[in-house]
Amino acid sequence: MDRLDQLESQSIFIFREAFNRIENIAMLWSLGKDSNVMIWLARKAFFGHVPFPVMHVDTEKKFPEMYEFRDRYAAEWNLNFIRELCPPIEEIDDTLPPAARSAARKTAGLKKAIEKHKFNALFAGIRRDEEATRAKERVFSPRGATGQWDFKDQPPEFWDQFKTDFPPGTHIRVHPLLHWTEIDIWLYTLREQIPTIPLYFAQDGKRYRSLGDKDITSPVASTATSIEEIIEELRTTRISERSGRAMDHESEDAFERLRADGYL
Amino acid sequence: MPEASEAKVRLAAVNQNPASARDLLRIVIVGHVDHGKSTLVGRMFHDTGSLPDGKYESIKAMCERRGVPFEWAFLMDALQAERDQGITIDTSQIWFKTDARDYTIIDAPGHKEFLKNMITGAAQSDAALLIIDAAEGVREQSRRHGYLLHLLGIRQVAVAVNKMDLIDYEKDQFDLIEQEYRDYLTSIGVTPTFVIPVSARQGDFIVNESDKMPWYKGPTIVKALDSFMPNASPIDRPLRFPVQDIYKFDHRRIIAGRIEEGRFSVGDEIVFSPSNKKAKVKSIEYWSTIPGHQAPTEAVAGQCVGITLDEQIFVERGELISHVENPPIETDVFRARIFWLGHEPMTKGKSYRIKLGTLEAPVTVQSIESIIDTSDLSNTSSNAVERNQVAEVVLRARRMLALDEFNEAPKTGRFVLIDKYDIAGGGIISMEGYADQRELITSRSTNITRVEHGVTTEQRTFRNGHKGGVLWFTGLSGAGKSTVAVALEQKLFEKGYNVYVLDGDNVRHGLNANLSFSPEDRAENIRRVGEVAALFARAGVIVITSFISPYRSDRDRAREASGKDFHEIYVNADVATCEARDPKGLYKKARAGEIKDFTGISAPYEAPEAPEMVIDTSSMPVDESVAMLVNYVETKFKV
Repeated sequence: MDRLDQLESQSIFIFREAFNRIENIAMLWSLGKDSNVMIWLARKAFFGHVPFPVMHVDTEKKFPEMYEFRDRYAAEWNLNFIRELCPPIEEIDDTLPPAARSAARKTAGLKKAIEKHKFNALFAGIRRDEEATRAKERVFSPRGATGQWDFKDQPPEFWDQFKTDFPPGTHIRVHPLLHWTEIDIWLYTLREQIPTIPLYFAQDGKRYRSLGDKDITSPVASTATSIEEIIEELRTTRISERSGRAMDHESEDAFERLRADGYL
Repeated sequence: MPEASEAKVRLAAVNQNPASARDLLRIVIVGHVDHGKSTLVGRMFHDTGSLPDGKYESIKAMCERRGVPFEWAFLMDALQAERDQGITIDTSQIWFKTDARDYTIIDAPGHKEFLKNMITGAAQSDAALLIIDAAEGVREQSRRHGYLLHLLGIRQVAVAVNKMDLIDYEKDQFDLIEQEYRDYLTSIGVTPTFVIPVSARQGDFIVNESDKMPWYKGPTIVKALDSFMPNASPIDRPLRFPVQDIYKFDHRRIIAGRIEEGRFSVGDEIVFSPSNKKAKVKSIEYWSTIPGHQAPTEAVAGQCVGITLDEQIFVERGELISHVENPPIETDVFRARIFWLGHEPMTKGKSYRIKLGTLEAPVTVQSIESIIDTSDLSNTSSNAVERNQVAEVVLRARRMLALDEFNEAPKTGRFVLIDKYDIAGGGIISMEGYADQRELITSRSTNITRVEHGVTTEQRTFRNGHKGGVLWFTGLSGAGKSTVAVALEQKLFEKGYNVYVLDGDNVRHGLNANLSFSPEDRAENIRRVGEVAALFARAGVIVITSFISPYRSDRDRAREASGKDFHEIYVNADVATCEARDPKGLYKKARAGEIKDFTGISAPYEAPEAPEMVIDTSSMPVDESVAMLVNYVETKFKV
């Protein structure tokens, strides 16, 4: 088994464990490269099926290419697809810096959707290498009744024995891609021929490394027009993946505050 | 335009993908708090040019904002609370690469309070780098971490003696620390591959060599790491394949799970433990969109697979699949070395849920054998295991479990314990002193039909004037079992009862002459006695068995053989009393080490939980005990 086989196997194990232990689980689909790989891995884990709802919490501010992609593959992959909308920006904490406030809208939409569908748990495609507080995450990560993350007292997690018992009212985030890196995602996308949104490829010397809302995501300088070239670029770059995501950089703890409150 | 991108991807795949994944090794960095873990990581990143642009500047700015000197710890201590308090609370990971391969560096907190986070980090690694402060020397957590790494199954270890600049790069002091720590690691069965003198702050021997320690001829930290190997998948070991789930999404009934050890092929006969059901592998199921991909006919350790069987048998999550040869152990009791993380201490008699692979079952703490002090490896006895302590315990389940000894098969020889909702501890399994019960529960001949008796039990009882049954004496050697048994036999015989004593020594001369005193043979000895006693009882005789029969599971099986006619009599006297009596001189020999596995001295005695009667021979004379038993027989065995 090579590195990609090992990563894939670990993710499948996590999927199957969560599906067996937790009632009423759904998957978050942000339409980006990571969550597309996540859906792919679920189909591997369950032999071509995705046996739970796949939910897009829509800020209505994504790129048109992303919506096009969503509508096509929700049908083609035979997903049990759910779309939920985020509340208007006026309802969000106005002490947050502007981009973080915009991102917090998504958290609020997420909480509403969880409540509406009574999901006990969500699969989310975050990775440890994206950002330093995510590096400290657990695979099975419990959240309080209002969605908050108690990062100072996380459960122990070892030998692939995850925390799967919770008092009523706990919400769980399950992270099947936590151990993957950005390069792994692209290597796997290439190997498995997973469809990709074209915004990731360079046009006029720029490409998106990470896709979020139109107004708070900016492209990076790049000439990579194929996945191979993206991989080549990532092997030498010293720019961090989320450098184009405005909310990470407004203050030292902006992202930590977002995450503590339930952001992915 | 997703079509275009997809077409591009497919084209690239056809043109032989040039981008292949590099090898990955996961290294955990552990050590006593403030011995310089974070600085070493920071230095490693800086000197290999692995820091993202602007990271160094942003850490510098953070330090200036807080008015503290430049601190590499801020590279990984991402949480505000960690930066403010200057300690690592939770484990973190960061990625870097050398020419040889990619690395995941796992930072593990050194503070004792965050042991659960240290274990969370360390358990994910292939190898470990232990850091010791040259000025402070080997400290409490240096030893504890070394011990826990071993418990977690990490076998590749390098030691960095850091802050050599603070002791003027002195060889003598380094030698002393190396000797002390090597001695400790050797005593727990760990051989460090390298012990390297370094200064993370100055950059000596992290990535680059240095002229400050001409006496050191070994590798730098990075060279040492490059020499470690990723953990190989144990594909050549006996098959261990825990059932994770059963799927029926379509016409197929798929048994899914991850192969932990070994391999199998389509057509292999497999057995599910502990249900001991057998079937053949009909297919290995597979989903792929890559054209031309065919379902595999063989699967190996590390893979998550799904199989179908040649016949429909009922199996559940938690069963352990193996080949018929080399199956796992089946037992309801085992010994374990545990580390405890629970907020509440582990106490004797308390019940927890065990997670053993994919199996979950209730277990009870039968005994806490000893608390292990990880600094000097001394043992103390206690009725409770406190948070962050390491202990040796005996656990008992109410059902049969399929498992392995950790030393034989680590992945199926380890478990966690759940207290209410939380993982409260982890442990590794040893069967020392306990028998594999597989043979006892599976060796049943088939093609046997019981012969119907023409004579009924009632007729026998009527002729004998009393019921038949078993008085099962259990207790330590020297407790007085045989003495009381023989006296009771005499008394009952005089009163007209059909009575017979089955005694340990006598049975071993004949029926069980081929059995030794190993745990397995002891279990078989008792199984045979239980069956013979049941036959006696059915024949209408009162049979008194006089065997130490130290294991609860063995006695339970004997009870099963006789059903309601079984009466467990606990002949109780403490070890000291028995040892003082020592009628056969056995305790003396056991103390001298001449007898191995001697109950009460070097092998366990599991006292009955709910015996029909207890006879305390240390306070009660023999005739009084006999009188009590005669009275018992007269009430329980009357027509």
